[in-house]
Amino acid sequence: MKKAQEHTAPKKYGMVIDLDKCTGCGACMAACMAENNVPFREDETDKNLSITWLRVYKLTNGKKFPNADVCYLPRPCMHCEGHHGHSPCVSVCPATATDYSYDTGIVSQIYTRCFGCRYCMAACPYHVRYFNWWDPVWPEGMEKMLSPNVSVRTRGVVEKCSFCFHRYQIAMEKVRYEGRAELAEDEYQTACTQACPANAITFGDLNNHDHAVYKLKTHPDAFRLLERLGTNPKVYYISSREWVRRQGDNYLENEGKVVAKAH
Amino acid sequence: MNIARRSFLAFLIGGAAGTALSPLPWKLTDDLSIWTQTWPWTPVPPDGEYSYVNSVCTLCPGGCGITVRKVDNRAVKIEGMAGHPVNDGGICILGASGLQLLYGPRRVKAPMRRVGERGEGKWETISWDEAIAAAAEKLEGIRSAGNPQGVACMVGDRYGTVPSLFERFMTAYGSPNFMSDAAIEDSYRITLNLMHGKNAIPGFDAGNADFVVSFGSGVIEGWGSPVRMFLAHGKWKDENKTLVQVEPRLSNTAAKADKWVAVQPGTEAVLALSMAYVIIKENLYDKSFVAENAAAFEDWRDDEGKTYPGFKTFVLNGFSPADASKVTGVDPSLIVSLARSFAGAEKPLALCGRGKGNTPGSLHEFMAVHALNGLVGAINRPGGVWAIDVPDYVTWPKPGLDEAARAGLEKPRVDGADGGAYPYTESIISGFADGVNSGSAGYGVEALLVSGANPLYTLRDAQAVRKAFDSIGFVVSFSSYMDETAAQADLILPNHTYLERRQDVPAPFGLNMPVIGMSRPVVPPQFDTRQVGDSLMGIARKMGGSVGDAFGWESYEACLKETMGAAWETLEKDGILVKADYAPEGWGEAFNTPSKKFQFFTGAYRHGENKDLMSQMKIEGEAADFPLILIPYDSMRLASGPVADTPFMAKTIEEDVLIHDDVYVQVNPATAASLNLREGKVAELTTPVGKARVRVHLSEGIGEGVIALPTGLGHWANSKYIAGKGVNVNRLMSPVADPVSGLDAAWGIRAKLARA
Repeated sequence: MKKAQEHTAPKKYGMVIDLDKCTGCGACMAACMAENNVPFREDETDKNLSITWLRVYKLTNGKKFPNADVCYLPRPCMHCEGHHGHSPCVSVCPATATDYSYDTGIVSQIYTRCFGCRYCMAACPYHVRYFNWWDPVWPEGMEKMLSPNVSVRTRGVVEKCSFCFHRYQIAMEKVRYEGRAELAEDEYQTACTQACPANAITFGDLNNHDHAVYKLKTHPDAFRLLERLGTNPKVYYISSREWVRRQGDNYLENEGKVVAKAH
Repeated sequence: MNIARRSFLAFLIGGAAGTALSPLPWKLTDDLSIWTQTWPWTPVPPDGEYSYVNSVCTLCPGGCGITVRKVDNRAVKIEGMAGHPVNDGGICILGASGLQLLYGPRRVKAPMRRVGERGEGKWETISWDEAIAAAAEKLEGIRSAGNPQGVACMVGDRYGTVPSLFERFMTAYGSPNFMSDAAIEDSYRITLNLMHGKNAIPGFDAGNADFVVSFGSGVIEGWGSPVRMFLAHGKWKDENKTLVQVEPRLSNTAAKADKWVAVQPGTEAVLALSMAYVIIKENLYDKSFVAENAAAFEDWRDDEGKTYPGFKTFVLNGFSPADASKVTGVDPSLIVSLARSFAGAEKPLALCGRGKGNTPGSLHEFMAVHALNGLVGAINRPGGVWAIDVPDYVTWPKPGLDEAARAGLEKPRVDGADGGAYPYTESIISGFADGVNSGSAGYGVEALLVSGANPLYTLRDAQAVRKAFDSIGFVVSFSSYMDETAAQADLILPNHTYLERRQDVPAPFGLNMPVIGMSRPVVPPQFDTRQVGDSLMGIARKMGGSVGDAFGWESYEACLKETMGAAWETLEKDGILVKADYAPEGWGEAFNTPSKKFQFFTGAYRHGENKDLMSQMKIEGEAADFPLILIPYDSMRLASGPVADTPFMAKTIEEDVLIHDDVYVQVNPATAASLNLREGKVAELTTPVGKARVRVHLSEGIGEGVIALPTGLGHWANSKYIAGKGVNVNRLMSPVADPVSGLDAAWGIRAKLARA
């Protein structure tokens, strides 16, 4: 029914992150936090408890000085498609608080439905989900910078990256109002993509031939994280360094060279 | 009643089964989840009308354009301004979280006077009239007692109307002690002064270079205008250009570079000169530039007829790759291949200034690197270094001076930046504490005005700085935030934050065109604060006399408008004034040295006479007592200037940098093994000027004998989200005065590490 109303082809929003360009500066993380009203606490050094929808991991090649190398890897939600929308988290959620949208390919998280069982956190192989162990507290006055576009979460619910779904909604409202059928590529971009000062993140519809991500995902150095689990994630990475691509999955030592395959 | 064991159990089990089958537990769970999600204290951000305001970020000298999203009168998000010549839509982590400063918990909400002991944190709120009167009275007292020179002033930026107002105030008042925060820009300015004969700031056409050798510059760690350098870096990747990073530690820039040259710390200049050796020896230099537009390449003679060895002789006599290799630890064949690739590239570019560039550095090193650019002609041409005239739009007539002012201005400076020892340097903020503590100027410092700077945190040898502060009777801070310096002040006249005020933002650092930005009020002032220009004019007017007369403007905004003249309208409309058709001067006109040419050497810096050039710039401490070398390192996620990390930024500090309140020191595994230290162990780090508790992090990104600490931690004032975490590396370091500029050139300090 919904599809008939919108008259648009199903989209599959995804991201291609160029790890050769990513500088690990963290602007994407701050932009994400500001966009999505992400809370913060006094001590955020325990990264398992630190809510970061987009977390930039530091990878090291394990070699000795001066052959050591470092690469940063930003990790938003992968918005796994699985097989026909059976992403790992969606499959286990008893509350239908998280769902896979066939219209956009976005895995949603509805806070008011979530009752905090955290099955999804156990099921997610990418650790993109975070549980609110505490109520968020903003220092006096700082609640002024909260955005009305994203609900403030409470203690007891799970949250994660939404590909800035509210931006899609706002953009679609405009499209409908103007009587257009399609959203242009630059009308819907995530906060991290917009902020990235290195232009390392590209966001768009993986199904759309005209979008930059469509071509980028077939880059010879493109790969996805834990590809072999069959989660069918929608975030692609590009790295010219073989050791980085190798860390993208649990390869055996004698498995030979990791060659990215075209998808 | 007699209850049998059997019937009791039956009752319990039956009860449990009955409850489980009833809707009660499910209803209760559901209610509980609903109830816990509707805490009344969870804020619901009110919706409203959306608008966007363009302005300029002033949190660093980068000068990025920002677009602030507002909902009614609330600013909710800062984004990079699309199409801006500096950052074209990109934004850095500090800029993106700037609203946490505006709405932050450490804002100074009104003028305050200290009532308790200094630093005790006891303040009374006073009115602006009282505050201005208190400052004016005190300053007037010092002046009428005949000691106007005993008032010093520190500002953050050097250019623009606000620093110029402070400079004007100091002149009219009669004190030579006007200082600005020092950074690599100062060293570059002196370099251009000596080698180009120009009063200029450097512009780097980095995006168009095709072979970049960075001598320790944190190209993607905040050097220059950070976002602009990120964009250049991305362009190099897209176009397969080459970046070579010369640095002792595997920084992010080194990791992203096509080649990381792990050099011995402090020997970068030797490597640069050795590259010059190869380029000269193999005849790879730009012959036309060197022959027609450069001087002192061959042996030269000064005005008195004395002959000095030219750059060529100097380099060929002492910097063969074999010799340089012994000092730098870099393989001779690598030096040769690096030099050949550099000279062979179409648009080579050499950069220097370590990390973010917060420490001015050794002038010798800057000149050596700039000489490399000269050798390949990468001067004032696409992809090279351009000399951009310093902003000169502040053209106020000189203030009238009375007798007291004239006498005060005659006195020597406290920081030592006088004509004699350091003729090329305007001020030496790192020399101030020593000057105060030793009384070398021959008079005492009685008052200090601080605006846009946080010297108690950012200056090295914090103990000496603190001692100097303690001896100064009256400290006035104009800070918007309760930073370390404001916390030690006697009077705070809080400025609007950069999102509440109108102010010119001249010359983003490193941009290769003259640009003036204009920050404007994005939201109305949140508290009882005042634009610092107005506060200063208020004090001057209250003092009256020639000091008051120096400030004839009605208000700061009137002054700004008058100063900008015809540019005002464009600045009001676009927030930026760009000379779009700007082109650098051609080689024929570019140099204003006595020879009218690019000076490889100058009389001011006779490299040949300095015998120690092959060794590194000496840092404090002896190897016998302190076997290790501590170097600071910069990160985009740690703001290390006057402003501290925001809560969002503190969230992104990596797990190998900070754990709870302990900072990790990076140690090579072999070094750690020799000290019997393991990963995560608590250790005591000692330098000649301080000691601190740290944790050990084994890293293969750093060589043996060298250890590294991040900058930007160890705040003690400021919000709980960053204060009390880690160690301020400036507290463990000591400034080393460069022999020519007098500016801080310390790239590290000797240290030792032991199990705690």
